[in-house]
Amino acid sequence: MKKQIVSAAFGVAVLGAATAAGAATLDDVKAKGFVQCGVSQGLPGFSNPDAAGNWTGIDVDLCRGIAAAVFGDATKVKYTPLSAKERFTALQSGEVDVLSRNTTWTMSRDTQLGLNFAGVNYYDGQGFMVRKDLGVKSALELSGASVCTNTGTTTELNVADYFRANKMEYEIVAFEKADEVVAAYDAGRCDVYTTDQSGLYAQRLKLTNPADHVVLPEVISKEPLGPVVRQGDDQWFNIVKWTHFAMINAEELGITSANVDEMKNSDNPEVKRVLGTEGEFGTALGIGNDWAYNVIKQVGNYSEVFDRNVGPDTELAISRGVNALWSKGGLQYAPPIR
Amino acid sequence: MSEIDSQTAMDRADTGALEIAYVREQMEHPRPAPASEVGVMGWMRKNLFDGWFNTALTLIAIWLLYLILPGIIQFNFIDAVWTSIVDGENIERRACATIAQGGIQPDGWHGACWPYIGAYFKQFVFGRYPDELLWRPIAVFVLFFAGLIPMAIPSVPFKRENIIYMTLVFPVAAFILLTGGNLDYNGFLLPDSMIGEGFTKFWIDYIILTAIVCGIAWVLARSTDSNPKGPVLTALAIMAGLAVILLLTMVDFGLRYVETSQWGGFLMTLVIAVTGIAASLPLGIVLALGRRSQMPIVRLLSVIFIEFWRGVPLITVLFMSSVLLPLFLPDGVSFDKLLRALIGVALFSAAYMAEVVRGGLQAIPKGQYEGAMALGLSYWQMTQKIILPQALKIVIPGIVNTFIGLFKDTTLVSIIGLLDFLGMINSSHSDSSWATPVQAITSYIFCAAVFWVFCYAMARYSNYMERRLDTGHR
Repeated sequence: MKKQIVSAAFGVAVLGAATAAGAATLDDVKAKGFVQCGVSQGLPGFSNPDAAGNWTGIDVDLCRGIAAAVFGDATKVKYTPLSAKERFTALQSGEVDVLSRNTTWTMSRDTQLGLNFAGVNYYDGQGFMVRKDLGVKSALELSGASVCTNTGTTTELNVADYFRANKMEYEIVAFEKADEVVAAYDAGRCDVYTTDQSGLYAQRLKLTNPADHVVLPEVISKEPLGPVVRQGDDQWFNIVKWTHFAMINAEELGITSANVDEMKNSDNPEVKRVLGTEGEFGTALGIGNDWAYNVIKQVGNYSEVFDRNVGPDTELAISRGVNALWSKGGLQYAPPIR
Repeated sequence: MSEIDSQTAMDRADTGALEIAYVREQMEHPRPAPASEVGVMGWMRKNLFDGWFNTALTLIAIWLLYLILPGIIQFNFIDAVWTSIVDGENIERRACATIAQGGIQPDGWHGACWPYIGAYFKQFVFGRYPDELLWRPIAVFVLFFAGLIPMAIPSVPFKRENIIYMTLVFPVAAFILLTGGNLDYNGFLLPDSMIGEGFTKFWIDYIILTAIVCGIAWVLARSTDSNPKGPVLTALAIMAGLAVILLLTMVDFGLRYVETSQWGGFLMTLVIAVTGIAASLPLGIVLALGRRSQMPIVRLLSVIFIEFWRGVPLITVLFMSSVLLPLFLPDGVSFDKLLRALIGVALFSAAYMAEVVRGGLQAIPKGQYEGAMALGLSYWQMTQKIILPQALKIVIPGIVNTFIGLFKDTTLVSIIGLLDFLGMINSSHSDSSWATPVQAITSYIFCAAVFWVFCYAMARYSNYMERRLDTGHR
């Protein structure tokens, strides 16, 4: 593979490949032969490398889905671990093609950064964890509590808003790193540990007695997490958006990675359209008509992805909750493919 | 014995010799030192219990050790888990978790989880470098130490060849091995419309650049020396050498390209530290000379450079390089993130190095300069043969101090998403298959131990060099 290298003024060799942040991301991606996907530096269940260096997680599976849709091969992804501070720059400057890094969809991010959010692949929200022996059943009973949290994130502001709105007293005990917060909470330096609910489940594994702690039902903020692309490239935006929708539609129609080949023979026109045996939906995206088939075959539908990465059988043991399909009382809803 | 001696003396007196007084002919044999001065007791008396103040300090220190050491040993060795294989199955986190946490250890257990370090060891050392290509970073490590060790031992011959190897051969080899080489260069001076992108244009641009550099060298030489031929030839040689290196990086050795985002762990730490150290010393010397130069523009530029980089925190430099720089660059141009960080770290440490070296330059007595000039040496001859050897020798502790500081500062790059040794360790904490309360502690102990070994080795070596080069002028 040849790389396009720009040389610096003094003839210093420049490491790495220059990417063109031009208009057609799809052409770029096809030319280099892989999707460059911005992920987190490690968040269990979302994008996390294991001891062998393989990335797994919901966000990672979305990247793999995009690769499957574009190339028919879910392995054609390269991951760029990004810190929270540099993630948007990396996307804007073209370092990554898509940012799939547990990023909260907010209005300011959507409108001011020149970015587009292509959907929500996980509805998160900030929650509280307390010791069982406190006997607290609801976050509204937390008046006077000391709250452990990370510094410099929106979690701190959300706590302030919540306690002020409910006229409760509280004391913040803040730390820089998640590990320190967990250690402090475990050592009893505070009564409550707050962060995104998905994070609470992940960090519970690091407590001395996980069974002694309970996550309270209240969710005090909306954190819709989803993939982000650059503004001004509608084709690529559509590909990312519909990769996500395809997974949800597949779950709704009962198509799984195991039965997708049988389902190809289905008489159901909806299934036929999803799997590309009817209609020209892939062509309209600029990719193959079997795009959704590849996504489902190689990555799975939304429930498979969810269960594999964060579901009840994983260490995180998160229930579907608001991430269930709309037809099962959740929020996951995809426009139909037709 | 002394009795026999005096007997002999008396015998002589008896034989009628002329000796008037008793004269001892043999040395009195020394008596053994008192038991309180030698052996363990003596050493302790002298070093630990010398006066009431030191005795009190010793006792306090012993008491502190008594408080801390047993806990450390208990945690790291006695209570530690050494394997996660139970009944032929790798049970991962359960090996290091108590029953309440879903593991197999008794409740209240608290000890290091070494199998987790074992499972992640490869990542801690090489990052996420592809498994099948691991021989490449290993070869780089081998090449590095194969050059470093003979260079560090003064009695090994071929120092000149060794230096050439370390400054020229090794960096190029390491670069090609780690990245895979086979780079394409684009032109950088003339607009694309004139010739079109690619190989030819790059070399045309390179020749133009060489001409410009030689021109600058000529002008500089004219303003100081009378004969511009030497400097121009030097500039030409440097540019030609660079061209050879660039050509080498363009050759296709059949090595697969590995992007820097897959590098990490200790490999990344060493790449940043070694590049920073190797770049900062020569650059720092040039800046220090520039700051003490008689030429106002050179001096001003050096001062501005040094004070700018010293006035900005390293974190800011790294953020600038990773967040702001990509926005300033034109569309379609992106520097590699590691390269940006490398340049930032090198320039930053060069400024510090410059001040250290300047300290050495100022410590040289004026007579040395005057003597050198009286011998008719030119500025460069004087600097090279008289001033720098003495100045650098004086500031060895300062230089090594800067090196050690730089080595540890490399951990800051983890905030811009480069996974160095510490970054890799932090990143591994998120693996839920090893998540336990002792996970973070274990990994930080490991990290501290590795850093300590390397920094202590550097400190000892600098001590040794100081003693070796000490000519007693101080």
